[in-house]
Amino acid sequence: MTESARPPKAPPHGFQPVSAMDYLPADQLRQLQLQRLQTMVRRAYERQVLFRDRMSGRGLTPHDLRTLGDLAQLPFTIKTDLRDTYPFGLFASSMSDVVRLHASSGTTGKPIVVAYTREDVQVWAEVMQRTFAACGVHAGDIVQNAYGYGLFTGGLGAHYGAEALGATVIPISGGNTDRQIMVMKDFGVTVICCTPSYFVHMIERAGQLGVDMHQLPIRAGLFGAEPWTEQMRHHIQQTSGVCAYDIYGLSEIIGPGVGSECTAQAGLHIFEDHFYPEIIDPETGQSLEEGEEGELVLTTLSKWAMPMIRYRTRDITRVIPEPCPCGRTVRRIERIGRRSDDMFIIRGVNVFPSQVEAALLAVEGTLPHYQIVLTREHGLDQMEVQLEVTPQLFSDRVGALEEVRRKLAHSLENTLGIHVKVQLAEPQSIERSAGKAKRVIDKRDATP
Amino acid sequence: MKIHQLSVFLENKPGQLALPCRKLAEAGISITTLSLADTEQFGILRLIVRDWERAQEVLRNAGCVVNVTEMVAIQVPDRAGGLAEVLEIVEQAGINIEYMYAFTDKLDDKGVLVFRFDDPDRAIEALSGASIQLIDRVELFQRLGIVS
Repeated sequence: MTESARPPKAPPHGFQPVSAMDYLPADQLRQLQLQRLQTMVRRAYERQVLFRDRMSGRGLTPHDLRTLGDLAQLPFTIKTDLRDTYPFGLFASSMSDVVRLHASSGTTGKPIVVAYTREDVQVWAEVMQRTFAACGVHAGDIVQNAYGYGLFTGGLGAHYGAEALGATVIPISGGNTDRQIMVMKDFGVTVICCTPSYFVHMIERAGQLGVDMHQLPIRAGLFGAEPWTEQMRHHIQQTSGVCAYDIYGLSEIIGPGVGSECTAQAGLHIFEDHFYPEIIDPETGQSLEEGEEGELVLTTLSKWAMPMIRYRTRDITRVIPEPCPCGRTVRRIERIGRRSDDMFIIRGVNVFPSQVEAALLAVEGTLPHYQIVLTREHGLDQMEVQLEVTPQLFSDRVGALEEVRRKLAHSLENTLGIHVKVQLAEPQSIERSAGKAKRVIDKRDATP
Repeated sequence: MKIHQLSVFLENKPGQLALPCRKLAEAGISITTLSLADTEQFGILRLIVRDWERAQEVLRNAGCVVNVTEMVAIQVPDRAGGLAEVLEIVEQAGINIEYMYAFTDKLDDKGVLVFRFDDPDRAIEALSGASIQLIDRVELFQRLGIVS
């Protein structure tokens, strides 16, 4: 068997469920959700001016929330609400009860600030503990936490969850890839946490250093903080032997720990006793039927310092109505491949970076080191995909390389329905990020 | 019987050729010959060096994408029609020539040709069957006047 064809390492058997909440019968769960939701809405109404004004504008009070279905009548909260009330305008607790602040990376303008009471921090650790458990992690595992520590919620979120589980945490944070690989090897790391794009970079760098992850104890990876694809999962599992799990969260709700795949790798369980999911039509705002695809809207059910009622995530997914083979009763959502704000429109066609990734990885020999560059030439939008050349793609013959370019362009055109220019780039020429990968460079405003 | 050629991927922008050449120079590796194939989008640098294994390592460590190609070297009389006779044999065997290099033999009054065939094994068979003088790696560098 060749190195790349080895199957990913099997999850351990016999681990114990860490939370009965994951297995609650549906009627009990709904009852709990309604109680918590009513408390949460009351708290938001009493303490968030923005929310109260919007409720009043619709002639609503917390008493109008009698069933879970009534939630659909309530106003949404959106990202700009957090910016507009920067920094503390949506806090529902006084600062003396707030034990932690985090802030988003804030790519444009001011960041958004989120708050936690002591209980919120405990809930966060609990949902992250359940996340690790769902991915087959247990006490005795050695967890290399390469999410960034700091204002970003990824680092500390994963840290306290893994500690709560009783695993050994290495708080290495992001960056310094050579040291990451040394630690992974020398400390006998069994579980890694980071962005999927950064792990791909680690695998590649390990290969250059003569380290084969198939030979190391590392077994599972909890990957999140950016959208990624099934093709990327396949690539990671094939090249490292590490089972790649998708985890989900956002700072506005709590950070990582909103949802996670289980070892079935068939959708992400939402920890519904703390976060209530709805799917809406992103155009009309109308609630959709269970199973229909739309924008995920989340309501916190226990977040005390900063309740979020009907927060529009911009993430496109659907709820999977069927029960999961793992036995958890908390519902699943499909892997989030698309964010409505990641989408760009080129010559009238909606394109998501994940579609580009899937099309590129469908061609044999490619690695997920790519970047999408949008420009405007003579008033017309142009899309170029830059992809690093690998030894598998490269040839001494011009014709063979042109053929590779044609194949890639063809695969992209098939997926997207528009012509895309493919540019082959030298290895390492596309910037590696220790955090979220920057996939799209839009130069269209600079080139009128 | 085969000669190893290295190819290196280059982006088509200024300064890209200098890096691999500089890395080889730093390692004390001398380039016997090179050719450059270029398109609007990218270039392919092809190199024949005596110590190809070490050169490959140097280039890989410098972050280049490097492939190894098997080439076939032959000796032909240095006269009119010398090359044409060889090409006829190759053509009759239905083998394609992707590209080639030509040198002057420093030992004899002959020419040395190095070919990239689409099927080097069949090419060797056809050429040796027609009594064309094939030359190996050691002899190639001797005939090109490269010692040590």
